[in-house]
Amino acid sequence: MLEIKNLHARIAEDGTEIIRGLNLSVKAGEVAAIMGPNGSGKSTLSYVLAGRDDYEVTEGDILFNGESVLEMDPAERAAAGVFLAFQYPLEIPGVATMEFLKVALNAQRKARGEEPLKIPDLMKRVRAAADELGMDMAMLKRPLNVGFSGGEKKRAEILQMKLLEPKLCVLDETDSGLDIDALKIVADGVNALRSPDRAMVVITHYQRLLQYIVPDSVHVLYRGQVVKSGDKDLALQLEEKGYADLVGEAA
Amino acid sequence: MNVQTQPQRTAAESALVQAFADRVSELPGSAAVTVRRDAAVETLKAGLPTRKVEAWHYTDLRRLLASVPEFAAENAAEAVTPLLDGAAVLPLLGGVAGEAAAMPEGASVEPLAPRLTDGSFDALLTAERGDTVGTINSAFVSDGFVVRIAEGAALAAPLELQNVHAGGQAHGRFVVEAGAGARATVIERQTGGGEALVSSVSHLELGEGADVTWLVVQEQPEDATHLAQFRATLARDARLTLFVMNAGGRLVRQEVLVTAAGEGSEFRLRGVNLLAGETHCDVTMVLDHDAPSTVSTETLRNVVTGRARGVFQGQIRVDREAQKTDAKMACNTLLLSDDGEFSAKPELEIFADDVACGHGATVTEIDRNHLFYLMARGIDEKTARGLLVKAFLAEVIEELDDEPVVEALEAKLDAWFATHG
Ligand SMILES: Nc1ncnc2c1ncn2[C@@H]1O[C@H](COP(=O)(O)OP(=O)(O)OP(=O)(O)O)[C@@H](O)[C@H]1O
Ligand SMILES: [Mg+2]
Repeated sequence: MLEIKNLHARIAEDGTEIIRGLNLSVKAGEVAAIMGPNGSGKSTLSYVLAGRDDYEVTEGDILFNGESVLEMDPAERAAAGVFLAFQYPLEIPGVATMEFLKVALNAQRKARGEEPLKIPDLMKRVRAAADELGMDMAMLKRPLNVGFSGGEKKRAEILQMKLLEPKLCVLDETDSGLDIDALKIVADGVNALRSPDRAMVVITHYQRLLQYIVPDSVHVLYRGQVVKSGDKDLALQLEEKGYADLVGEAA
Repeated sequence: MNVQTQPQRTAAESALVQAFADRVSELPGSAAVTVRRDAAVETLKAGLPTRKVEAWHYTDLRRLLASVPEFAAENAAEAVTPLLDGAAVLPLLGGVAGEAAAMPEGASVEPLAPRLTDGSFDALLTAERGDTVGTINSAFVSDGFVVRIAEGAALAAPLELQNVHAGGQAHGRFVVEAGAGARATVIERQTGGGEALVSSVSHLELGEGADVTWLVVQEQPEDATHLAQFRATLARDARLTLFVMNAGGRLVRQEVLVTAAGEGSEFRLRGVNLLAGETHCDVTMVLDHDAPSTVSTETLRNVVTGRARGVFQGQIRVDREAQKTDAKMACNTLLLSDDGEFSAKPELEIFADDVACGHGATVTEIDRNHLFYLMARGIDEKTARGLLVKAFLAEVIEELDDEPVVEALEAKLDAWFATHG
């Protein structure tokens, strides 16, 4: 479903290369965990997947269902089924959350040739998803993410993911900032979306999340490359020993 | 010998003087009014203000007023659908008062023209060199409405003053007197079709404790010149919220001249300027805090695209007597094109020592991070930009805290974006 081949990407503004020849493939139905030390390029990879234009791809390709997404803008990628749950969701004053959900959902439906959702239908879906995530509907009357706590923002990201039903879910440290109960709720939400035709890339620092969302593969990112891949046991090893050994091997 | 040479008149200046000569016999007015009109034209003969006149520094009227259309042969202007359902419409069509709707209880109305003839409103007409908008209007004003809101009346329906033209020239005045304790919402619509020179002056007098919300919605066609003035005086404990939306016109000057004359009175100016194409739009406010414990806040949000230019001059004068004045002014602009421009000039003249006054002005672009976030959810770039711009403007509109008003103004925003976004 997702194939990243020898990807090189740099910061558009100053030309610093962050992703340096990265290879990764994730099959439909697979949950791939990405781990790696701070600053190794995990968030950058997620942004490049989503199409943020602060980064330039200089070499390599990203194939989604066999087709390159490099020429697509973020909205087109989203409509094709790519979803990024942000490590730091943004606050957008003045844009009501509900209005935003409506516009986003209907934009994607339109891009897929579907009819827009009627308001009652939309409300029903939002309420159901909010209930499952233990979110108060009153929060959704506020401007998007404005004044939400760290954990509330993460839940709101998952709420959006549930509503948009993407094909490729990229979760960037969705576990950070969540309390233990919220972690379970969010993990349940993510697990409910696991399906044979959906792939997930779960970026995390902690084994704890991977106890709830059990990955099919684990990849270690270091200095913009995947330096080691394995199954879920790799995450356990890392938890025990840290990155020192791996980093030594790679260097 | 020192010879003062009068610079040659511009085409527009000559056309104005000529238009008066052609028009004067049809204009209503007593002998005293005629004297005042003549004085106004004498002032105009001395020439339109240039950037050397401080109040016109960013709007060089002499240079920017390229042409003055002739009066239309026939008045084909028609009233427009009111902004709010159920509003009582007072239509001024091509400068002539049309039939006013039935007034809500507590309000009465009469056309202005007869009052210009019987001498009761002579003093409205001025010819001061510094007051070009008032002077042009004084020379040409043909009609308008005089509205009185009774003491203590809370109007059950909003009043809508419409100044509508079908091209040519239109010069009108609205006078509203709100008695002590009166409460009302007044809407002033400025619109029409075709190349035009419009001048419009509104006078509002607020009695003790009166509370008025006045909305100016300016949607002139793109080849119109719109010269407007809003004058208000607030008695003790009166409250005035003035909301100005500029969403059209080629050359626009909206003056806001307010005096907080009574102790404890409060003035709020809120505005959105939607500037596109070749528009030049200038909002100039002079606010006098003349009494103690008066409060004012001014918030303007502007969106500039194309080659449009915007100006906000906000002058706050705090009299020696006006202790405990509290004034806050903010002017924020979202610049959407490289060729657009916005100039903000706050000016505080404070003669009292115990006051709190502040101001701030910003010019920013759309936040790229916000744009990326919205697009990452599948919202195309144009729609995402529209959402962000609307969010920026809606914050000021929502402060009005009156659902039908907020909805109606937001619908105007949407309509503007549909054509200019
Ligand atoms: N837009 C940018 N401008 C400047 N530096 C950047 C930018 N984006 C990424 N970097 C740098 O690139 C490196 C990788 O950053 P990235 O955020 O991808 O790391 P990460 O693996 O997600 O780290 P963490 O685990 O702390 O979230 C860091 O050194 C970061 O400072
Ligand atoms: Mg990161």
